[in-house]
Amino acid sequence: MTAASVRPSQPRPRQPRRREAYGRAGWGVVAWVVGIAFFLPVFWMVLTAFKPESAAETWPPRFVFTPTLAEFRLVFSGMGPYLTHSVIATVGSTILVLLLGVPAAYALSVHPVKRWRDGLFFFISTKMLPIVAAIGPLYVIAQHAHLLDSIWLLIILYTAMNLPLAVWMIRSFMLEVPGELLEAAQLDGAGRVREITEVILPIVSPGLISTALICVIFAWNELFLAINLTTTNAATMPMYLISSVPQEGLYIAHLSAAATVASVPVIIVGWIAQRSLVRGLAMGAIK
Amino acid sequence: MATVRYLSASRVYDKGAPPAVDALNLEISDGEFMVLVGPSGSGKTTALRMLAGLEPLDGGEIEIDGRDVTFVHPKDRDIAMVFQNYALYPNKTVAENMAFALKMQHVNPAERMRRVREAARVLDLDEQLLDRKPRQLSGGQRQRVAMGRAIVREPKVFLMDEPLSNLDAKLRVQTRAQIAELQRRLGITTVYVTHDQVEAMTMGHRVAVLSQGRLQQCATPRELYDSPVNQFVAGFIGSPAMNLQTVPITEGGARVAGQTLPLRPAVAAAAAQAGLRELVIGIRPEHLHLANGSGELAGEVVLVEELGADALLHVRLTGESDQVVARAEGRKPPAPGQQVTFHIQPDDVFAFDPQTGARLAG
Repeated sequence: MTAASVRPSQPRPRQPRRREAYGRAGWGVVAWVVGIAFFLPVFWMVLTAFKPESAAETWPPRFVFTPTLAEFRLVFSGMGPYLTHSVIATVGSTILVLLLGVPAAYALSVHPVKRWRDGLFFFISTKMLPIVAAIGPLYVIAQHAHLLDSIWLLIILYTAMNLPLAVWMIRSFMLEVPGELLEAAQLDGAGRVREITEVILPIVSPGLISTALICVIFAWNELFLAINLTTTNAATMPMYLISSVPQEGLYIAHLSAAATVASVPVIIVGWIAQRSLVRGLAMGAIK
Repeated sequence: MATVRYLSASRVYDKGAPPAVDALNLEISDGEFMVLVGPSGSGKTTALRMLAGLEPLDGGEIEIDGRDVTFVHPKDRDIAMVFQNYALYPNKTVAENMAFALKMQHVNPAERMRRVREAARVLDLDEQLLDRKPRQLSGGQRQRVAMGRAIVREPKVFLMDEPLSNLDAKLRVQTRAQIAELQRRLGITTVYVTHDQVEAMTMGHRVAVLSQGRLQQCATPRELYDSPVNQFVAGFIGSPAMNLQTVPITEGGARVAGQTLPLRPAVAAAAAQAGLRELVIGIRPEHLHLANGSGELAGEVVLVEELGADALLHVRLTGESDQVVARAEGRKPPAPGQQVTFHIQPDDVFAFDPQTGARLAG
């Protein structure tokens, strides 16, 4: 702007471009500030996880210390069953979600059933109820079904929790499959099953992967149901984290190490999901 | 090898709306190349999809080879279709694409491969392409794969829905000839949909012209051109289009641009019998002969389109606001702004009823 007022009479063909560059740089700075603000707590967590407990909670914070893996060793020693439960509940529920979600999405998109709109709305409406409101009945039902503190209960609940979103996502991917392809398959003699396995699934597979990854992240991070319906036999990683919360404020390093370990799978999955999500969402553009 | 018959076949998309296809009666004989042509919304694609079984009938019947297939599933009709955008399975290789229908029929793999290779050879498709995915092919190659997918099935009827519309102009002309030649060689009954009347005229044994869901005329290309049954067909077939103008009837002919154009006695009689005061006359561009000042119609050249062998003159007739198009042969067409006159043979003047559009004394 100042450059513009210094030489007002001169032709300035490059002015808009320079202004654009300033604008871009400005947004770049904003992006970095926001990014760092989000990343800082995570960085602090990881850093603290490598500190000895004595150096973890000092004021001013210490940046120079002797890194140690002692806290990680401690975390790994107690984590085993929790990790196993989390993996089983997450993987099991995600597989179930895909097995149930694909036919459901097919029936709501490719050959829509009667009143498919109502069906679609019903699916998403189950997500509108606060889960806290359902925990009482869920507890009673689980108790009568002898499923309290059972990994099966978590698999079932996580499936139910993720299914509506998955159906919506897979449906939107299926809608992107060109109608002519399905008609060509019909003329070629493919029945419903072949139509799904040979034509639709290969095309929507990037979408299925991103759906699966989102289900994995949600199931892995779920705490509320786990903490209320399990104690030891099915306790998951988030519960292990809770159990690491120090009562007297002396075990910050231990908590940080546990949190770091619990975050790693989600960060990896999230990174993969980001790439395939973009691919999945861009699917409609490539024809 | 089969015949196809539409018997009063109708399709209504929305209740109350005019039918997309209105009581279509059409017979296609064994080995014939039938082209359905018409502007968009004429129902030509719907008619083809009804034959494919992708669109249900709201009335009438469709027969293939004498068998009523109105309620038969598409896969049991023994037909193959080439789609406008080819509809190749993106995740399958070219060979898998072509063999998919055979796989669904449980043909053994060796036989499948033999037929795919055979089709590739017929279509001049490089064998190396068989292992590629559709996205690695050019538009022309994809088009041939789509054709190949239809050929390997050796169906009773080929259905083609504007298969050339995604190709560039040069390739389209080339492929047009190839498809026509291939159809002649294979002798398989073919129903071909296009909106391009040049494609229709050059490829079809017979051409069915549709408009607003109704069959207007079904005849050989020559017959359509020389004796259209109504104003729509006359205006639709031919490029550049026939000059059509509504003119008053006078003693001894029709009044055009201040001049009296003599009509054939049969036309004049038919107009008188129908009690018409006006009629629509139609003259093809090549029937307006430049006459060096001695012709019946005079006008001023507005625009000259050079085509090489000949030129198209856009001429505003004296005292008229509309322009007519004339085909001027020879290498030295008149220049824009020049006054010209045209001579017209009465036999070359088509006349149509302005209300019904039907040809008078056709």
